[in-house]
Amino acid sequence: MDEIRQFVVFKLGQEEYGVNIMQVNTIERMMPITRVPKAPYFVEGVINLRGEIIPVIDLKKRFGLPPGEINGDTRIIIVNVDDLTVGMIVDSATEVVQLPQDAIEPAPSVVGSISSDFLEGVGKIGDRLLIILNLEKILRPSEAEARAAM
Amino acid sequence: MDSRYLNVFLEEATEHIENLNNNLLALEKNPSQEIIEEIFRSAHTLKGMAGTMGFNKISELTHEMENLLHAIRSGDFQVTEALIDVLFECVDLLQEMIKKISSEGSEGETDINLIVDKLHKILSGESSCNETYKVTYTEKEEIFNEFEQRIIEEAAKKNLKIWQVRVELQDNCLLKSARAFLVFKNLENFGEIVKTIPHVQDIEDEKFEKEFYVYIITSKSEKELLNAVYSVSEIKSVNVKEVKVNKVEKAIEEKEKTFVKQTQNDKNKVKTPAKTLRVDIERLDNLMNLVSELIIIKTRLEEQDKLTEHAQKRRESLEYLARITSSLHDAVMKVRMVPIENVFNRFPRVVRDLSRELKKEVNLIIEGAETELDRTIIDEIGDPLIHLVRNALDHGIETPEERVKKGKSKEGTLKLKAFHDGNNVVIEVSDDGRGVDLEKVLEKAQRMNLVDTSAGKKLKENEILNFLFESGFSTRDKVTDISGRGVGLDVVKTKIESLGGSVEIRTKKDEGTTFLIRLPLTLAIIQALMVELGREKYAIPLSSIKEIVIIQTSELKKVQNNEVILLRGNVVPILRLHEILDIPNESPKDETLTVVIVKKGDKEVGLIVDTLLGEQEIVIKSLGNFLKNIKFIAGATILGDGQVALILDINTLI
Repeated sequence: MDEIRQFVVFKLGQEEYGVNIMQVNTIERMMPITRVPKAPYFVEGVINLRGEIIPVIDLKKRFGLPPGEINGDTRIIIVNVDDLTVGMIVDSATEVVQLPQDAIEPAPSVVGSISSDFLEGVGKIGDRLLIILNLEKILRPSEAEARAAM
Repeated sequence: MDSRYLNVFLEEATEHIENLNNNLLALEKNPSQEIIEEIFRSAHTLKGMAGTMGFNKISELTHEMENLLHAIRSGDFQVTEALIDVLFECVDLLQEMIKKISSEGSEGETDINLIVDKLHKILSGESSCNETYKVTYTEKEEIFNEFEQRIIEEAAKKNLKIWQVRVELQDNCLLKSARAFLVFKNLENFGEIVKTIPHVQDIEDEKFEKEFYVYIITSKSEKELLNAVYSVSEIKSVNVKEVKVNKVEKAIEEKEKTFVKQTQNDKNKVKTPAKTLRVDIERLDNLMNLVSELIIIKTRLEEQDKLTEHAQKRRESLEYLARITSSLHDAVMKVRMVPIENVFNRFPRVVRDLSRELKKEVNLIIEGAETELDRTIIDEIGDPLIHLVRNALDHGIETPEERVKKGKSKEGTLKLKAFHDGNNVVIEVSDDGRGVDLEKVLEKAQRMNLVDTSAGKKLKENEILNFLFESGFSTRDKVTDISGRGVGLDVVKTKIESLGGSVEIRTKKDEGTTFLIRLPLTLAIIQALMVELGREKYAIPLSSIKEIVIIQTSELKKVQNNEVILLRGNVVPILRLHEILDIPNESPKDETLTVVIVKKGDKEVGLIVDTLLGEQEIVIKSLGNFLKNIKFIAGATILGDGQVALILDINTLI
């Protein structure tokens, strides 16, 4: 029997992305962000999430996508990866989908303009394509990247 | 296994190990019966605890130690250096095993056979040990006071017999007092219990090892008594013998005296412990967080209060709230405070071992051990201190011959001193040794290309000394086990700075070296100055601010392309925080500049800010793992309006 996995679906521009629901903590509306100087370029700053300080990254900047505007649909998805808790700014968070494991294919080398390093695979829901992210890679910049970002 | 018990075991075991170490040191200096008793008791308790938890190696080793200690106690052995060495070895092994248990949950592969053999050999050198053990049992004479004697005499008139019942419990008996109680209960059915050794109260408090004596007046036979006692479980053996009344003689009273004296000593030794309660540090942290929240909301209310005028009543309640929060804060902080004694305690042992290894004579002086510090700091400060102590012994203090040649006393002095200084705690590690050879340090620094020759000549003493904190720096030509590998002082410095503290060195040739460690009292809540830069708010810890000055733009001078100001004759470098922190400078060019002078050790730097927002109590929160190593930022805090403000890390700015 195929394993069924659940993903939180969100949008960056027109494309749809998914993250493993087990890694998602909460989804928050946009809130004031305090900039952190000298942080990597894609780090937007920190927020006060009910008394906890949580760093927030701009996923679009992380992927090198053109910036969009912040509006009522903008969300911060709080994710947990190992010992890291990080918020990710997305254009909108839409739904939760279930996908059997065999509906997920390994990522082609380039999807749009995103490096395949950040991807776990591509899921098919009917004729929609869901780009499934590898959060570990996204949140742990490699040594070289971290240096470049300084 | 239930981890709750494991934690209790580990904590208590660590305490006993510490006790053992301290008492062995004391024994070495001044052998006395009391100290041996104390050591014996620690070993014994440890054995019992380990047995219950199923740590067999620990219980076996402590059992062997007990045998040796017993032999010492009964005078079969003299306390010698060699003997103490072996005992120290045992304690080290025990400590190692306890560490393993704490990290891996089991005693691991530790080999105790070697040391057990050693203990056996020492014991068999005078094989009388076990025998004396037995002798002490049978030699217990009947000791009665006047009152008891009268009862016995009365009983004798009535043709009742007095029996001495010796009960020995099994080695692994856990509820000793409960078993003893059952024995009493059974015996009481037969007649009157006149006396017990030790005293009933002590038996109830489990202040006895395995055996106790009961004196009973009864008409029952020996056999009946035996059966009654054996019906209680976990009894190893019972002896019953009749006591002849005429045996109660003066000569025995002597013995009573010694016995009483001993038990009194015992009682004195059992210090009335300060009423304490073990609390999981996580619960304390939780409490601390709640207090932090309270402080935040208080600040928020105060800010709102500024907006509404003529609200006298509300202001009063607010002030009241402020008072309560600050006392609550103090109270919680106090709970987290631990005397530095907990760290200092391990040094007598370290110094003893090291000075022997190095063949140096060192006298350790500890001052201010009662000074209290936050628990988190206490946990972290041990290793850096050990490092400094090792350094002092290895590099600082000279060999006895060298010292005599220099006209110093043969014995070197190492001093550990802790004291409060404002909102800081200062720990000094000082020795009266040879001091740091500045030339050698400079030479080495030049060889390592840390400084070029011409610049080196201009360096001040403290600048040269700072090279010692560079990584990989060692003036030692020879690498020893103890120090000289050059891994060290930089680690010490990093560690202390990560705790929000600083280190300084003071040294004088042939007079000695002092390391000054300055630590904050607490890490959680601090007083800070809030400043505005552009549209961003930052907090600067008040503890690192020296003063605030307003200057004219024209007072800014340039020295080698760096901006400086002259402050009462001193040149103070200026940092423009806007530039360092990449903040767009929107404010129009002002005639005046607000400069916050911050200090780190002797160094001072002026920081240009836009606006001063005032002092505030802030709760330090970490930026989390994701942004762990951000330069210039020490953490964040939540302001009254819920916004996040960053805390500047003055240490990295200077």
